[in-house]
Amino acid sequence: MPVKRKVEAVPLAANAVAAPRLSPDRLTRFYADMLLIRRFEERAGQMYGMGLIGGFCHLYIGQEAVVVGMQAALEAGDTVITSYRDHGHMLACGMDPKGVMAELTGRRGGYSHGKGGSMHMFSREKNFFGGHGIVGAPVPLGTGLALAHRYRDDGYISVTYFGDGAANQGQVYESFNMASLWKLPVVYVIENNRYGMGTSVDRASARTDLFHRGVPYGITGEQVDGMDVVAVHEAGLAAAAHTRSGQGPVILEMLTYRYRGHSMSDPAKYRTKEEVDRMRTEHDPISHLRQRLLDEYRVADSELKAIEKAARDRVVEAAQFAQECPEPDPSELWTDVYAEA
Amino acid sequence: MASEVLMPALSPTMTEGKIARWIKSEGDPVRAGDVLAEIETDKATMEVEAVDEGVLAKIVIPEGTDHVAVNTPIALIAENGEDVAAELAAKAKAPPPAPPPRLAPRVPAAAAEPPPVPALDATEYAGPTTTMTVREALRDAMAEEMRRDPDVFLLGEEVAEYQGAYKVSQGLLQEFGAKRVIDTPITEQGFAGVGIGAAFAGLKPIVEFMTFNFAMQAMDQLINSAAKTRYMSGGQMAAPIVFRGPNGVAARVAAQHSQCYASWYAHVPGLKVVAPYTGADHKGLLKSAIRDPNPVIFLEHELVYGESFPVPDDPEYLVPIGRARIARAGVDVTIVAFSRMVKLALEAAEALAKLGIAAEIVDLRTLRPFDVETVVASVKKTNRIVAVEEGWPFAGIGAEIAAIVMEHCFDWLDAPLVRVTGKDVPLPYAANLERLAVPQVADIVAAAREVTYR
Repeated sequence: MPVKRKVEAVPLAANAVAAPRLSPDRLTRFYADMLLIRRFEERAGQMYGMGLIGGFCHLYIGQEAVVVGMQAALEAGDTVITSYRDHGHMLACGMDPKGVMAELTGRRGGYSHGKGGSMHMFSREKNFFGGHGIVGAPVPLGTGLALAHRYRDDGYISVTYFGDGAANQGQVYESFNMASLWKLPVVYVIENNRYGMGTSVDRASARTDLFHRGVPYGITGEQVDGMDVVAVHEAGLAAAAHTRSGQGPVILEMLTYRYRGHSMSDPAKYRTKEEVDRMRTEHDPISHLRQRLLDEYRVADSELKAIEKAARDRVVEAAQFAQECPEPDPSELWTDVYAEA
Repeated sequence: MASEVLMPALSPTMTEGKIARWIKSEGDPVRAGDVLAEIETDKATMEVEAVDEGVLAKIVIPEGTDHVAVNTPIALIAENGEDVAAELAAKAKAPPPAPPPRLAPRVPAAAAEPPPVPALDATEYAGPTTTMTVREALRDAMAEEMRRDPDVFLLGEEVAEYQGAYKVSQGLLQEFGAKRVIDTPITEQGFAGVGIGAAFAGLKPIVEFMTFNFAMQAMDQLINSAAKTRYMSGGQMAAPIVFRGPNGVAARVAAQHSQCYASWYAHVPGLKVVAPYTGADHKGLLKSAIRDPNPVIFLEHELVYGESFPVPDDPEYLVPIGRARIARAGVDVTIVAFSRMVKLALEAAEALAKLGIAAEIVDLRTLRPFDVETVVASVKKTNRIVAVEEGWPFAGIGAEIAAIVMEHCFDWLDAPLVRVTGKDVPLPYAANLERLAVPQVADIVAAAREVTYR
């Protein structure tokens, strides 16, 4: 992974840069959170293969460090929005794996009562604003969440995730312009997993350094090793402090990688198996962190094994719930189109 | 010989205006391009520039004069060295010149004469009213709701400093400040999404599109983000938001700025779609729309903004979304219309009355949810129906009304439904072609005669 690079349109707030060294407990927590996402997504992939999950299903495997490191840098009350590769974000926001998995299977216990599916889930309680299926569309929406924070002067920020593919959509730049013009509290997290569907970044983008994309709007951007949860977390803390202090938006480009296909039906013709294998063996965020916990932080192997078992158990429980839960009542067809005025 | 400076038209629909201020005084030298005066309409302010060089010899219409018709001479410019006094003296003896011809209204019946003021439905409101323009009624609706609820704010192009591209938001910036009356860049998809995001967070934005033609840039946000989220989230999240602005055919602005989007939005579950005609309905429905927890598309009409109606003073006067109004009762034929077409339908009803045909005019006011009951009840009374709209015929509102009538009262029909619509072409610029493309009163009269076989 390339080293961290930064383009400072506005210097980030100085007090935010020195991140404290993370405690073993905190890092162990990151490990547990990433592992839950990994196991959840593996199970979702299996259930898709069994025909229990239909339609589009975009797995987050490989990218776990991005959302776990980032979410740990936020305060309760900050709002989160992303596009369709969203299962990891929901789990990192604290949503119940049972409700997420039951939505994937289209059951009444799902977060959207089975009416949203993989790409359209929300949690008011956890401040997760979706889950959106249209590439680029969450970016103005997340900017609007930031406008609401500013309007209410509540001290919270919006974290708006999108991918390298979305980074070429016009509405992203309309949003950058307004967010910088109005100094809105928003961190734009570009999850650059190198491929927009089957098109590599260098085949889609005239310039591939996506953290530069805010420069014309006066937005500071930083490129971060998105396979290193600690690097993500430190960058997230600095960015959140900067935008929370009223100095306008920040862009974080997370260099990451998805191991699986774009969706479940992916020909895998656009990249080599060797490339995928190299990323998995040399840069995997989870096994890398596990090694650090053992070597640097002296966490007992037995403790990590207990975490692994707990993650597996939660996913098994979620999968069981998602299969046993009944389908929505036919009357649900007609509900939630309108609210009573 | 001195040349006359004529009262200019600021827009294709302007018929008169006010001389706000003279910049030059009598006797001042004038060069081509110099600003002579400022003129105002209820919609805009503009400077009058000199075309000829010379001396401002005479100000004919003094500062502060209102209702000056377009093409009235407002000043005289003399050539250098010319004896204007002598010429004026000579003119004074000559018979007065014929009054300048008024500009013909470029869309017939647009603004030629003030329409008869329709009475309010007394069953709905019997309190005091104030006569005001539709644009003022819309402004008052927004101001009242912004006073009532601090979560309501206005967002759009030119809504704040400029006071609204069509002067609908006059005074709102002054009363509510820049936090709640927000000028956006020209970035429809972006600011529509920003408004929806703020609505997801529980605020109640009013998003103004300068016209609905530009909302096509934001269509994905309106449909995929605003309309569908309540359903997709199992009722957890939604956008309580109003998108408003002028829709339909303006005057001589041609194809890209003249289109009725009623059927586009009315197609979409999750949206409510409103298209009123009277001032009271504009105010009462906009207030209902702002209070509604669902996304509402509020279709206004540029050629209706300047019309005056009595409007209820009561700040709790609300017109419910989803209910049509009988604008004129009749027994021989039902004419269904919305927005500006109601005005044409009422004029057609007058003409039909002279032929002994009593037309009932149904003003839909809301297109989604559609008031099936009122339309069907009227058809069961008259047994004949004409559907009028400014939009294109194919898959339009008239087509939907035809289906509704088939489903609900086929056996009551004594003639097939006839549609009066905009012609199935992009709107042309030329005045004569534009007139042919847009529904006219005569078209409605002809359609009513067709279904009544008279």
